[in-house]
Amino acid sequence: MALKKLGSQTVKFHNPPSIISTYTIVGPKEGEGPLKDYFDFILEDDMWGQASFEKAEAKIQEETIKAAINNGNLTNQDIDFILSGDLLNQIVSSTYTARQLSIPYYGLYGACSTMTESLSLGAMIIDGGFADKVVCATSSHFSSAERQFRFPLEYGSQRNFSSQWTVTGAGATILSSTGDGPYITYATTGKIVDKGIKDASNMGAAMAPAAVDTLITHFKDTGFSPSDYDLIISGDLGKIGKSIVLDLLKKEGYDLSNNFTDCGVEIFDGEKQDTHAGGSGCACAAVVFNGYIYKEMKKGNLKRVLLMATGALHSTIINQQGESIPGIAHAITIDINKD
Amino acid sequence: MENMTNKEYQKYAEKKVPKPTYFKNMLMAFLVGGIICTFGQFIRNLLFKSGLDEKAVAGGTAIILVFLGALLTGLGVYDKIGKIGGAGAAIPITGFSNAIVSPAMEHRTEGLIFGVASKMFIIAGPVLVYGVTSSVLVGILYLLLTKGR
Repeated sequence: MALKKLGSQTVKFHNPPSIISTYTIVGPKEGEGPLKDYFDFILEDDMWGQASFEKAEAKIQEETIKAAINNGNLTNQDIDFILSGDLLNQIVSSTYTARQLSIPYYGLYGACSTMTESLSLGAMIIDGGFADKVVCATSSHFSSAERQFRFPLEYGSQRNFSSQWTVTGAGATILSSTGDGPYITYATTGKIVDKGIKDASNMGAAMAPAAVDTLITHFKDTGFSPSDYDLIISGDLGKIGKSIVLDLLKKEGYDLSNNFTDCGVEIFDGEKQDTHAGGSGCACAAVVFNGYIYKEMKKGNLKRVLLMATGALHSTIINQQGESIPGIAHAITIDINKD
Repeated sequence: MENMTNKEYQKYAEKKVPKPTYFKNMLMAFLVGGIICTFGQFIRNLLFKSGLDEKAVAGGTAIILVFLGALLTGLGVYDKIGKIGGAGAAIPITGFSNAIVSPAMEHRTEGLIFGVASKMFIIAGPVLVYGVTSSVLVGILYLLLTKGR
């Protein structure tokens, strides 16, 4: 019997895991953005003394996780599992981070939805009684993503208005079976939704249908309405995806115009920082959540938040073979109260 | 969401994307491309003055422009010219140089053989393949059309 299942895709935690520590590291550009004061550490150089962008990303993730463990006054031995993932092929940043930490590791791939994918699974593992402390983490790096998915950095090309800017950084959350909150109380796991978008420079439009699907399912499964939340925030839909979600939800009878935004819209100043449709990448939701949202919840300014990281499960190879880009979105309810 | 077909959604999503600033892009391409070509003409005139013949001047001009494109790529300037100039920066031979040097630099981390040498042509490769192929086809056509005379 799935005692904790609610409706078609949601789980309700009976012993909601508590977030006991977070940490964020971001690159120099993110450190000049509107949310700069919320990040724990801002890099001056996005190579961070490493020989390649991939190694730099792995170091960023490793240092983020170490600092989160340290922040919670814990040691590696206190952590039961790491659940982490990233954008690179074979999720190398996460794997090479886990190699350094010697903590049992589950590698996840959910593209930019990884932050809530790891938080949902981490919360289930703890509520299921399989662990007391779990680290959920993810990272992305503008330069390692550019070279894997697009063009060399020094190549003189123009970016589309719909394109987004991959966030350099990493965020880590430590979930615990005990603690005084904020708590993860619900998790709605997304289905893959693919409306046939093939344009890799318009990820917002590729992911928006999945976001719409997960939001509507979440409201139906839980019986909540948008006004039950202080903030509903998606991962990296950007300006275009955000506007599509608002439109389509309105059509379905949900008004999100007052309390909905997107991490990718908030992290950069699009005009000044020339980021076109906004930020993207696994780290986008990770640093906005572990930086801005968590700290605002701790201060009591936000009491109940629906965080929904969104992923475009994009592979350049199958995209070149003519396939469209599947989208996914996982939502979690974070509450300063247990119920 | 279910009541929207994929086609309808794609059409709707397309409308959400701001239109490219065509006029500004064309103007900048004209200006940047024009400046590069005028500079090329300047080099050409200079080489002629130094007493080189037509063939040597053509080769010399190309060599100097390719070198400058590579140098500006290495200094991290050409990507900025490309961002402003678009096709105006990509079409001249300096752009071709940028297309070869930028992946070569980027993939230095994977070594000299599998990095630099094999990744050097990821952007320029198709241009070379189809450029050479079409020049051969045009050559054959030229031969067929002029042989009888």
